[in-house]
Amino acid sequence: MAGILVFVEQRDGEIRKASLQAVSEAKRHGGAGGEVTAVLVGAGIGGAAAGLGAWGAAKVFVADNPALGLYSAEGYTEAVTAAAAKAQPSAIFFAGTAMGRDLAPRVAARLGVGAIADVVKLARDGDGFTARRPVYSGKAFAEVTTAGKRPQVISLRPNVFAAEESGGSAAVENLDGLGLSIRAVVKELVKAAGGELDVAEADIIVSGGRGIKGPENFALIKSLADALGGAVGASRAVVDAGWIAHSHQVGQTGKVVSPSLYVACGISGAIQHLAGMSSSKIIVAINKDPDAPIFKIADYGIVGDLFEVIPPMVAAIKAL
Amino acid sequence: MNCIVCVASVPDTASVIKLRADGTGIDETGIKWIVSPYDEYALEAALQLTEAKGGEVTVVTYGPAGAEPALRDCLARGAHKAVHVLGGEKTLGDSFTIAKVLAAAIKDRAHDLVLCGVKGVGTDCSQVGQMLAELLGLPHVAIVTALEVGDGSLAATREVEGGKEKVECPLPALLTCQKGLNEPRYAALKGIMAAKKKPVDKLEVSSLGIQEGADAFYAVARFELPPAKSAGTIIQGENDPAGAATQLVKLLREEAKAI
Repeated sequence: MAGILVFVEQRDGEIRKASLQAVSEAKRHGGAGGEVTAVLVGAGIGGAAAGLGAWGAAKVFVADNPALGLYSAEGYTEAVTAAAAKAQPSAIFFAGTAMGRDLAPRVAARLGVGAIADVVKLARDGDGFTARRPVYSGKAFAEVTTAGKRPQVISLRPNVFAAEESGGSAAVENLDGLGLSIRAVVKELVKAAGGELDVAEADIIVSGGRGIKGPENFALIKSLADALGGAVGASRAVVDAGWIAHSHQVGQTGKVVSPSLYVACGISGAIQHLAGMSSSKIIVAINKDPDAPIFKIADYGIVGDLFEVIPPMVAAIKAL
Repeated sequence: MNCIVCVASVPDTASVIKLRADGTGIDETGIKWIVSPYDEYALEAALQLTEAKGGEVTVVTYGPAGAEPALRDCLARGAHKAVHVLGGEKTLGDSFTIAKVLAAAIKDRAHDLVLCGVKGVGTDCSQVGQMLAELLGLPHVAIVTALEVGDGSLAATREVEGGKEKVECPLPALLTCQKGLNEPRYAALKGIMAAKKKPVDKLEVSSLGIQEGADAFYAVARFELPPAKSAGTIIQGENDPAGAATQLVKLLREEAKAI
């Protein structure tokens, strides 16, 4: 067993950025002493495979099958384990997206090994890796291994590892004759209206809390998010109050995020919220209460009324 | 409709996490333990299904003796019986071992649906459900936010980035449940009294043929707290919000290079 196999996720034939980050990270570690290979799964997606060479993959296994057009945990597990049987890697990387986080444990169990989820740092350790991952939603970190088991199945948190082109080309090999037995069938992928950016993949997030006073004022939060090209997040209090859908919730019972910029507006900073966003690179807080706990972890902040602060902020950003 | 709900006893989400001096784990002094919040959605879904269609809800946990109050809480909310596999101190975060233990405890009990929370709040691995499905040979649907169970099949909606997937699946199956699926009920006094008389089947993990810690799939070298943050730049903007806004944007652009 040697090398790193990376599961590469695509939607409508377009490779997800988080997967390129995973391929790049595999390449940066020199394939753990072996080759970096990739496995691409879908329907009508073969054209995207060769391009992965530029990101560091020496070989790409392609499972191109009409039954794999939409995600299927069972079908994709079949494809990834078939690629693993050919590549015999010592590690299998996944981007820690909804798909990667769903698929990695099923693949690991099929291979009879454990898995390490939501990794934010990897260190080479012999023929394997020691991984750093947040626990208690980032209130602590654990340095973990797979206790000697191979392959190491690892999912990498999106937006933490850099995607960088390294040049090169990839050989493409089709995975034929997969024994697909798909019981849970995805009938439809319903995309959010207006191609709304999800907090889990956004590089900039602007969140609103109780301080925005009412659901209608998420328009103000959205105006700042739009000016910054970011996504709209929310605290648990306003999600529980029904002001915005749970998919926007950041925190211990919502999404744990690490964007490069996080702007908290009218959020006091309950421990559960801080746990979900404290690993953001730059944190900005806008709050009327100078004693709000959010200011303790903010890199920048304004003590003031968000209704008076956000409009001139939007204007100043647009003027840049 | 027989449902098995897997639950975990975890530190209350309001807990301040401190580490033991040697970094081998968290300091449990003063921690309040609760049913992992996502498991509450799984339990509520199971209770609603059995209320509508008949059958029983069995809650299963793998944890130390201190996890029993979490099981009693589930029984008080309406679960019919509970299985407590005693152990788990050596396998915290070892999703595959946990899945193996749960699979061994569940496989011979009737189940049309196995329900888990999306993740155990704590180790946050979010892996046991999928691994358990694989070990039980079941199809699974993860991150479920809407559910309709028919005769021999189910239709579920799951949350993915920027959208939702509509999934159809035959029974038996495994689901991991996400916030939004339902509003979990609280235990009423009557339920709390009744729970005291409900059966809890206690098993030693070794009786399932698993030697705890002998064949680990996940090992923690050490725990660390996040690095302390230095104080930020806080602008007083009560009197001149527009000026503060402009200054902040300038700092984000020139100093932080974040925009």
